[in-house]
Amino acid sequence: MKLEIKNLHVAVDGKKVVKGVNLAVSEGEVHAIMGPNGAGKSSLSYAIMGHPKYKITKGKIIFDGHDITEFSPDKRAKLGLFLGFQHPLEISGVSVNNFLRTAYRSLKSDSMSILELREFVSKKMSQLKMDKSFAGRGLNEGFSGGEKKLAEILQLVVLQPKIAILDEPDSGTDVDTLKLIAQNIKSVNKKNNTGILLVTHHNRILKYLKPDFVHVLVDGKIAKTGGPELADKLESKGYGWVEA
Amino acid sequence: MGGSMNDYAKKFGFKFAERPVHQSEPGISKKIVNEISEIKGEQKWISDSRLKALEHFTKRPMPTWGPDLSEIDFDNTIFYNKPTDKAVQNWDELPTDIRKTFDKLGIPEAERKFLAGVGAQYNSEMVYHKIKEDLAKQGVIFVDPDTAFKKYPDIFKKWFGTVVPHTDNKFAALNSAFFSGGSFIYIPPNVEVKMPLQAYFRMNAENMAQFERTLIIADKGSKVHFMEGCTAPIYSKDSLHAGVVEIIALPGSHVRYTTMQNWSNNVYNLVTKRAYAFEDAIVEWIDANIGSKISMKYPCVVMKGKGARADILSVALAGNGQNLDTGGKAIHLAPNTTSRIVSKSVSHDGGKTNFRGLVKVKKGATDVKSHTKCDALILDNKSFSGTIPQLDVNEDSVSVGHEATVGRIGEDQLFYLTSRGLNEDEATAMIVNGFFETFVKELPTEYAVEFNRLIQLQVGRI
Repeated sequence: MKLEIKNLHVAVDGKKVVKGVNLAVSEGEVHAIMGPNGAGKSSLSYAIMGHPKYKITKGKIIFDGHDITEFSPDKRAKLGLFLGFQHPLEISGVSVNNFLRTAYRSLKSDSMSILELREFVSKKMSQLKMDKSFAGRGLNEGFSGGEKKLAEILQLVVLQPKIAILDEPDSGTDVDTLKLIAQNIKSVNKKNNTGILLVTHHNRILKYLKPDFVHVLVDGKIAKTGGPELADKLESKGYGWVEA
Repeated sequence: MGGSMNDYAKKFGFKFAERPVHQSEPGISKKIVNEISEIKGEQKWISDSRLKALEHFTKRPMPTWGPDLSEIDFDNTIFYNKPTDKAVQNWDELPTDIRKTFDKLGIPEAERKFLAGVGAQYNSEMVYHKIKEDLAKQGVIFVDPDTAFKKYPDIFKKWFGTVVPHTDNKFAALNSAFFSGGSFIYIPPNVEVKMPLQAYFRMNAENMAQFERTLIIADKGSKVHFMEGCTAPIYSKDSLHAGVVEIIALPGSHVRYTTMQNWSNNVYNLVTKRAYAFEDAIVEWIDANIGSKISMKYPCVVMKGKGARADILSVALAGNGQNLDTGGKAIHLAPNTTSRIVSKSVSHDGGKTNFRGLVKVKKGATDVKSHTKCDALILDNKSFSGTIPQLDVNEDSVSVGHEATVGRIGEDQLFYLTSRGLNEDEATAMIVNGFFETFVKELPTEYAVEFNRLIQLQVGRI
């Protein structure tokens, strides 16, 4: 099981934002993508998940052997792909619980009853130290920044995808929340063998997650790939030394 | 609307052969009004009031301030269709086709599970009316108007036509001339009816008009929740539904009236609903409009006593070929009265919704609080939504607020939900259901589930 990005070019509103990315993420692996603001990290994430605004002008996305370049987002999700949003959307009046149940039912074919599913979600919520009342709130409606990030991770651990792209799950979180988020990403990676493609600005989350690969995206292209030591170097030296 | 029309056809739009015991000639005439009075064996004051109403209807011009009603074909519409000899209290006594109709609609089942009483109307008459025994013992009355005239003439005559007189509007006049079926409800002082009472309206015949009349009197300190639902088969020719509902909420009483309007898309639904709220009474209109071709409906509460409260929640979902002109009216005649009007509307596939609101505060009605909020959601570029709020405040010490929003489902919102495995229709339905949540949580669970399913049927273009 592998997600392969082949020479991917993406344009949004006619502007080229991703300019030939090659990348392969296998189940169980942890990849980090770092890079300066505006390098195309979020655009790459959106394009892999199939956001209609992010047009793929060249290249391919292969998932588990299927060419999913033209697939709708729900078809990609059904194959086992997941995107954790940097800015999750508010869905007014739809409770977290109802949403998770609907998403779970559309993705999984197992026969968990409503009660079992509720129990399962509630276990995952306590794993994230979330209050029980959270399940009854409107999805991302009036959530704080940290709560939104936790809600994305809750979706990750409940839906247990094969490959998860996580777009800045750590930005704007306090130290304790960051640790919880990292632990839960790690647990889904270890226990469910979920492959992780993590977009981040910070080395701190990588200290917990210990990525197998670190990629640096500069001006829509991967400028450098290395191990965790690359993230250390970026932390001390910035992006200036990496050639685009 | 392809898919959703087929779904409606399967679930609600089925029809059985018409076997009325009596059916009037099509068209409007004095002769037919007299025919109805005669069949019902009415007292002179009622038959006279019918004729007066007919006269008023004939003189009164068609309203032109709202949706286009010029295509209503009065001449070819049947104004009275009597399906059975009398209303029964046992479903098994109904003719098979009628019994099957209500079975398919789940009415007897709902009655067994969670209703305190049920009235079922088929074409022009109530064919079934029953209330739980313990309520009857407490003096709660739930009968059709014909029975009410005969058994409870004093209380009926005292209130009938006082809240909505035949001169109110052209369709109230038409109803007052041809009314048949509906309910008369009386709740004695301090009696609380814990489970809802329900009336269900079914138009089976083609090209017909239904004119039920509902009169609810909640005596001092009593409490009741009345619900109504309606459906009809899909015909190529239009039908007309012009009901009148009058509510008298006496001091300290609490009346909630919930409507789930789900007519087929060939029905003109022109309804007048009004309540009098006396001192400290609470009246709530919970009004959902999913079906019909054209609806004009603005439930109203006239707060006549100090401390009375009005809560009007109106929702509309308009698809292809539908024009739903709905809203609410709050008339403050007494001090310390409070009103809230909340409207939620969704238009899609070329549908049109319009909110019409009126808040009126009479001089002398001091310390009034009123708030109107209307939210509209438009799902595509073919659809429309409008807002016409009206304020008429003649007193200084009042707090009157109004807010309105119009939204569209964003591409990002859809992407978010589809990235979690929902297809675009499911995602849209989920957003729409969430939008209507304020309304849904006011419904008994069974109806909430049903409402969400209806939304899914309408919005999901399969």
